[in-house]
Amino acid sequence: MSDEKIPSFNTLAIHAGAQPDPATGARATPIYQTTSYVFDDVDHAASLFALQAFGNIYTRIMNPTQGVLEERVAALDGGTAALAVASGHAAQQLVFHTLLEPGDKFIAGRQLYGGSINQFNHAFKKFDWEVVWADTTKPETFETALDDKVKAIFVESLANPGGIVVDIEAISKIAKKAGIPLIVDNTMATPYLWRPKESGADIIVYSLTKFLGGQGNSIGGMIVDCGTFDWMASGKYPTLSEACESYNGMKLAETFGNFAFAIACRVLGLRDLGPCISPFNAFLILNGIETLPLRMQRHCDNALAVAEWLEKQDQVSWVSYAGLTGDPCHELAKKYMPKGAGAVFTFGLKGGFEAGVKLVSNVKLFSHLANIGDTRSLIIHPASTTHSQLTPEQRTAAGAGDDVVRLSIGIEDASDIIADLEQAMAQAG
Amino acid sequence: MNHDSYSDDYIRGILNSVRSFAIVGASANTVRPSYFVLKYLLDKGYTAIPVNPGKAGSEILGQKVYASLRDISGPVDVVDVFRNAQAALGITKEAIEIGAKVVWMQLGVRNDEAAGLAEEAGLKVVMNCCPKIEYARLSGEIGWAGVNSRAISSARPKLAPKGVQHRILRKT
Ligand SMILES: Cc1ncc(COP(=O)(O)O)c(C=O)c1O
Repeated sequence: MSDEKIPSFNTLAIHAGAQPDPATGARATPIYQTTSYVFDDVDHAASLFALQAFGNIYTRIMNPTQGVLEERVAALDGGTAALAVASGHAAQQLVFHTLLEPGDKFIAGRQLYGGSINQFNHAFKKFDWEVVWADTTKPETFETALDDKVKAIFVESLANPGGIVVDIEAISKIAKKAGIPLIVDNTMATPYLWRPKESGADIIVYSLTKFLGGQGNSIGGMIVDCGTFDWMASGKYPTLSEACESYNGMKLAETFGNFAFAIACRVLGLRDLGPCISPFNAFLILNGIETLPLRMQRHCDNALAVAEWLEKQDQVSWVSYAGLTGDPCHELAKKYMPKGAGAVFTFGLKGGFEAGVKLVSNVKLFSHLANIGDTRSLIIHPASTTHSQLTPEQRTAAGAGDDVVRLSIGIEDASDIIADLEQAMAQAG
Repeated sequence: MNHDSYSDDYIRGILNSVRSFAIVGASANTVRPSYFVLKYLLDKGYTAIPVNPGKAGSEILGQKVYASLRDISGPVDVVDVFRNAQAALGITKEAIEIGAKVVWMQLGVRNDEAAGLAEEAGLKVVMNCCPKIEYARLSGEIGWAGVNSRAISSARPKLAPKGVQHRILRKT
């Protein structure tokens, strides 16, 4: 196929990166369950280690099943290249390891997945990287947090758990003016609902564990290089623009141009820190992505139906879902994600802590667990689980007050999902 | 022609029809992009001739280095410009003089005046592109590095005779 027309999203979700196996003709992408690959000859081996040739060396750094997954997601996002890793958290770790030096800072939107807040506040301190918090609902707070040491901005597009839609274009303008890259965690929206590159993101990260894999069976993460940031011109990112000691003085940004960031994350971060994805997980996630457009639309349609039903229930005090008319994020949702507002949202029970505990104890279809983005509908009461170590005041500040219930709506029949909530809420009183 | 982007057919057509590249600005430094390209093209079976006045008479990767395009005795199909945009004009004029079929300017190099001259003289022009990346992209090798090839195909990739970790371009 020539590139006169780049195929559309559904086609890319099935075909991008995959061709029949050259050795066997296998049409499904094989699971290359191997640690290493024989070299064609000694010179070929030397070329691979010196990054002079493209090819496979060792599965900690690359793997052909993983390679298909990477090209697939890069194509869905319109990026230049991607790198798959062991988890969403590993993706974030490698992105910052490539961008930051000890003593550097980055700004992050406060509305984030709790695990990311922990990673940034605590684990990153040991690398001497400092997070500065801003408020995603007030883009100007990113501007006031800027200083010379700030080397990047990080936000979620659709923020977990509250379902807040972030004004990426506004924040991107601030990043561009400051000459620093904007990193967007697009886990909750997926490229089906939102392609953050088109809103001004330079780097996109994913927990593949959620909607992209989509079936609750594999942990994985992804870094997508949008190819939009000029590392050589900037000079603020020595890992990319300066002579690299472990590659004989090569300058990665000069050698790899607009996909240098993804290459740097692989040949330095992944090579040296080691969080590689298993070929089997890459295979399962790749299979999940083939049905992403179908699943994601159904997730959104079901979520809207459930949210609209919840709004009408006596036991419910509020519903926070950007798909609902009147929600504070509804206008942004219509602008950035017209196909749907995702499938994860929160609502409040008038009965508070007790009612929340009863609800999660009485569901029969929903699974009570700490994940999102499964074919199955999932429920959690943060105050009694993920946030139970916090004081009531801290919980409220984190959007996990005693009355809060979080749902991740699956792709079952909406009527069955609603019926389950109805019977469980009747028992919760 | 529009030089903001090229169709896969145009690039594949060039890579499939040429035999020899002259690499103007070839470096002997093993971590420079021009060295990578020279090595990769040799590996794919092309003739690749380094041109660099400062290194004339020596060898890079076993290939004799010439001071200028005019000094090369054999045929040159593609002149690959690893110099800046200003220098590209003079090099293009020489490329026309020696009867090259294609002027190819590397990533980051674009000179529309030079391109116009070359096209008037019947040469094909590629600018702001790398033949190594394009070959790897169209053969499918680049997917091993997670790079978006921007192409999909239901055809089986072609393995090169020299080993399973080398692919070759299809004809169409
Ligand atoms: C928005 C978001 N980002 C990142 C992560 C971390 O991903 P992983 O669990 O794959 O490390 C999660 C996991 O819940 C998430 O929801």
